[in-house]
Amino acid sequence: MYRYDDFDTAFLAERNAQFRAQVERRIAGNLTEDEFKPLRLMNGLYLQLHAYMLRVAIPYGSLDSRKMRKLADLADRWDKGYGHFTTRQNIQYNWPKLKDVPDMLDALAEVGMHAIQTSGNTIRNVTSDHFAGASADEIADPRPYAELIRQWSTDHPEFQFLPRKFKIAITGAPNDRAVVKAHDIGLRMVEKDGKPGFEVIVGGGLGRTPMVGQVIREFVPVTDLLPYLEAIVHVYNRHGRRDNKYKARIKITVHENGLDTIRAEVEEAFLRTRGEFTGVDERVMARIDSQFVTPDFVDGGAEAYDIARADPVFRSWADTNLSEHKHPDYAIVTISLKAHGKTPGDATAEQMRVMADLAETYGHDELRISHQQNVILPHVRKGHLAQVHAELMKAGLGTANIGLASDIIACPGMDYCALATARAIPVAQQIAERVEALRIEHEVGPLQIKISGCINACGHHHVGHIGILGLDRGGVETYQITLGGDATETAEIGQRTGPGFSYEEIVPAIERLMLAYLEHRADENETFLEAYRRLGAAPFKEALYGPEKTRHAA
Amino acid sequence: MPRAFSPKIVTANALLEGDVVYLTEDDRWSRHMGEAEFIEDEAHAAIRLLTAEQQGGTVVGAYLADAKAGPDGPEPVHFRESFRARGPSNYRHGKQADFA
Repeated sequence: MYRYDDFDTAFLAERNAQFRAQVERRIAGNLTEDEFKPLRLMNGLYLQLHAYMLRVAIPYGSLDSRKMRKLADLADRWDKGYGHFTTRQNIQYNWPKLKDVPDMLDALAEVGMHAIQTSGNTIRNVTSDHFAGASADEIADPRPYAELIRQWSTDHPEFQFLPRKFKIAITGAPNDRAVVKAHDIGLRMVEKDGKPGFEVIVGGGLGRTPMVGQVIREFVPVTDLLPYLEAIVHVYNRHGRRDNKYKARIKITVHENGLDTIRAEVEEAFLRTRGEFTGVDERVMARIDSQFVTPDFVDGGAEAYDIARADPVFRSWADTNLSEHKHPDYAIVTISLKAHGKTPGDATAEQMRVMADLAETYGHDELRISHQQNVILPHVRKGHLAQVHAELMKAGLGTANIGLASDIIACPGMDYCALATARAIPVAQQIAERVEALRIEHEVGPLQIKISGCINACGHHHVGHIGILGLDRGGVETYQITLGGDATETAEIGQRTGPGFSYEEIVPAIERLMLAYLEHRADENETFLEAYRRLGAAPFKEALYGPEKTRHAA
Repeated sequence: MPRAFSPKIVTANALLEGDVVYLTEDDRWSRHMGEAEFIEDEAHAAIRLLTAEQQGGTVVGAYLADAKAGPDGPEPVHFRESFRARGPSNYRHGKQADFA
């Protein structure tokens, strides 16, 4: 894990001192809100429906126990005893007071964390595969490159006032767990002639104009990564539309100018940027690389796991929440923050401490946050899984539902967010409670339900197998359903089914979709998404709206 | 014919705590929607909003929200204002806890 050097530490201390002074001036009446707002947003501080909200960056979703314990301390001391992990692999505190925020930032700085560039028209926290460095399918750990991008993009003088926010995601594996095709830039590690590099995808994004990113360059050698990224952002900074907020993201720039035009300009800019990076990035990269050490994996011990599988509760959890590790005697543990009826992505301070303890005791001191709002212990010996599971159960963290219908992504929605047009969290809670009551989610199998409380799509609804979008229709919460979205390497935007449903109708509607799938699937090996792709929307629309002729008669 | 003016209240968020506040008839900022000034005249609403906007050292983001008269003072019309007046639905936090 990357540790801050003296430069990082001094930079952060200076930024925090600046913000402390800005808060003091605001409270004293020497700054207006118009003057203060951009300053607070640069430091991740929003004003939401009921309170301020502090969004803290968790770079590429990676944490150690020390950082996780600090997040718990913040929740206890300055919030209401919990935090909300987001689809951007960040954490949000929903109840800070303005005067306390400088102290919160100083506390975060003690462990090398901050809230810089978690808002504003800048390059945001770079996100990554939450199984990075552990999964069996990866070419290389993408996190050193993510850290390189973090250092390059933080306070980058050219990119502090971009046309709009800019999100970069990176994966080192062919199986995309980081939704790279739905980012402004997606980086997918590939090999060419035995050398590692990146396929660069540009112009993806969700929001009101969802688009799947396109490949702008099939191969950029790792040594050219930063100059090539700089060339793209430079071209975007020049051409991105500043006249219309809704047309300002790079996906629109690419769409309006055409990929070939943008590519030609990027290549031209790249000729220059390549000369400007005189190897400094390679020296920095070498220094970063040396800090991402592969843990000393211990061989053996897997027999205990086979024995533990005799317990049906453990077995059920193991079947859903474990993933294949690159070391045969290890497993990747996904801790569900989706207990049925609870708020997706929320963890109490106590739960954060339990996860920190488990990481320290059993997990080579590593934790990850997934964009699916769960927490990962990337390196757990199979011989320790039974103990880990027992501890998780005691803390209310043992839910066996990863990848199933109740493992729902939900944005904060109108329970917190000032931009929201409808609630998302209670819809997720009720769907999860319903599938638990029906006891059908293991039968239904892999199913990703994703809920956004507005068109901005923080809840990734476009790429949910079932997507739910909450809107305000004439002063009433209304929920639109999309089907067939896909967040992986075969990314697709879901298709709208038809008219929306009220708050009271939406949970039964989702239940009907699941039952229709069970009725129509070829066999139990055919997943919901596969069945949808084979059958098309018709049987699902019928489940939602009734038979075709009834609909026309109505 | 001009559209009938629907009654309003002035609401904002407090600068220090960030919580929802309402402008009262006697120029206080109350945490209770029921204490808000119920404004039935369009011109008066504009003046009250100006008054609120001049108090940038106390509140942030003042605006006019639709309201209706209830037995205990103004009540929300839109669901967004209901949530602001109550707090989130997933936890008993915010006003629903503060004034329980």
